Amino acid sequence: MTAEIETLNTRGISVRTRCAGSGPPVLFLHGAGGWPAWLPFFERLSQRFALTVPEHPGFGASDDPPCIRDVPDLAMYYLDLLDGAYSSPVHVIGHSLGGWTAAEMAIRNTHRIASLTLIAPAGIRIKGVPPGDNFIWSPEEAIRNRYYDQSFADALLQAPPPDDAQLDIDLQNRVAAVKFGWEPRWFDPALEKWLHRIAVPTHVVWGAEDKILPSAYAALWGERVAGAQISMVAVCGHSPHIEQCDLVTGKILSFLDRVRA
Amino acid sequence: MKFTCFHLMPYRPLDLKAASDYRSAWVVLPNSFYDPKKGAAEYDSYLDQLAYAEKLGFDVIGVNEHHQTAYGMMPAPNLIASALIQRTKTIKIAILGRALPIVGNPINIAEEFAMLDVLSKGRIIVGFVRGIGAEYHSTGVNPAFSHERFHEAHDLIVKAWTATGPFEFEGNHFRNRYVNLWPRPYQTPHPPIWIPSMGSRETIEWASAPERKYPFLVTFSSEAAVVRYLNMYRETAQAHGYTASGSQLGWAVPLYVADTDERAREEAKAGIETLFNNFLPMPWEMLLPPGYTSISSLKATMKIRTSLGSRARNQTIDELMANGTAVIGSPKTVLEKIERIRDQTGVENLITMLQFGVMPDALAVRNMELFASEVMPKLR
Repeated sequence: MTAEIETLNTRGISVRTRCAGSGPPVLFLHGAGGWPAWLPFFERLSQRFALTVPEHPGFGASDDPPCIRDVPDLAMYYLDLLDGAYSSPVHVIGHSLGGWTAAEMAIRNTHRIASLTLIAPAGIRIKGVPPGDNFIWSPEEAIRNRYYDQSFADALLQAPPPDDAQLDIDLQNRVAAVKFGWEPRWFDPALEKWLHRIAVPTHVVWGAEDKILPSAYAALWGERVAGAQISMVAVCGHSPHIEQCDLVTGKILSFLDRVRA
Repeated sequence: MKFTCFHLMPYRPLDLKAASDYRSAWVVLPNSFYDPKKGAAEYDSYLDQLAYAEKLGFDVIGVNEHHQTAYGMMPAPNLIASALIQRTKTIKIAILGRALPIVGNPINIAEEFAMLDVLSKGRIIVGFVRGIGAEYHSTGVNPAFSHERFHEAHDLIVKAWTATGPFEFEGNHFRNRYVNLWPRPYQTPHPPIWIPSMGSRETIEWASAPERKYPFLVTFSSEAAVVRYLNMYRETAQAHGYTASGSQLGWAVPLYVADTDERAREEAKAGIETLFNNFLPMPWEMLLPPGYTSISSLKATMKIRTSLGSRARNQTIDELMANGTAVIGSPKTVLEKIERIRDQTGVENLITMLQFGVMPDALAVRNMELFASEVMPKLR
């Protein structure tokens, strides 16, 4: 199955989305690297759910409206999107920056959120446990530090260089990542103190060898979000849904099944 | 032509070999490499050189702000300017420049410049810059908002200098209920504002606008880039509906004069090669963090600025002389090279950097003397 690329308009802001599958709705919010290709993880989810993967405003070819300046703004945009595009609660899955965004949404309003799945979410800070400085890394370091299994990095590094159109997309993605993540570096000082307001079933998934957001953060999410399930994935870096796709897809599907039961 | 004797104040005692193990001499080079006793001697030497420029007949002495780097030891350039006011009588003192976006409260900059202007009885020229990319790493300020913060800080500072206070400033980044500068600047309406830049279309558009007409100084560039950017300023001014004067155009260049070309090359070699290969290099991730420039400007810069960025570690004096990034030679050679740029651009502000890299005091001083006696008079 291939995902269809559509344009989704929410209160005048247009973004690219990939949509596939039918069933209960799932919204996937991507990380700071930008709108992902159609991953095996998405293929598996779309076999049982109606999956939507939007490209955040500010990234790639989506609109870059001046009103969205930080992650709380992005979260408010997605609450608008949930209200506009769905008539029933949605399972929200967010990776890294997308996980942070999902948590910012959920502390504000969960009336359209059925559950939260946070994969290595940014958004909070343990003093003395900084994230890796992805902004100072070379392109190769950035790719290598994303994975525990370096064969994933090798494959990306051997890919042909981007053409001019793709280079523009890549540069726009980097600008967006800086806008949302530079300062405070990958967190919102006001988020952690309100995490108790997340009153929907929550599942936190983390790669034990994450070099971007250390896995020590998983325990703090567990403490702050009542009843959160923590899945620590061994021998895995910052993208467990890619690096340990089978295992992580299985854990996420069984979490969603329990929520729906 | 007008002549500025400009200084970066590099930390010459740096252990270059050990320092080369680090990503850059910026941001990440541990400050254990800095010895305060040696640093004090460096300040003595450099202040002597800059004060001497007045005796040699330069029009302006120039200092510069950079943070957390061995490349330059003036994170607070106004302190150096203040010392120079006490050591000089009539020469102008240019602070080229202060990095507006990386401060928390631009009023502090407006106040300090006003103080310096009054202390010097109107001898101050101010430069406004955005700081280079590395300084967004070292201050934490978000480069994506660099342009917004620059323009807002500029508007606030100029208004603080010119409007009667107290007034309220209502910006998006800076908000002040009471702006009421004591002291006000000595010069009317305010000290001249110069805009040093590595060159970008946005900066040139803004600096050349008729309501500003700020002199634009192109820094550390090949001859091709100097000509391109200065003429871009001229053309942009023309598009704004006026003809830019030569005094609106500035060229900042490392320059070395000796009695023969061979001797100049030999004496300048260590200084210029350490400047470009040890003190200046940094990876693109530091130099141009995303958001610091527009994407089109970023792509253009990466194409033009082949002398910057991570590949710059092995430049030779011959390459730097050949592409015109450094002007080095006998008085005759140096004069010809400057005249060639002047003929192509009409530039009338020459900002000479006469000490660079590890160049020792004796050579720097002789360079200043030879430039002032053998080259400067012929360009006046």
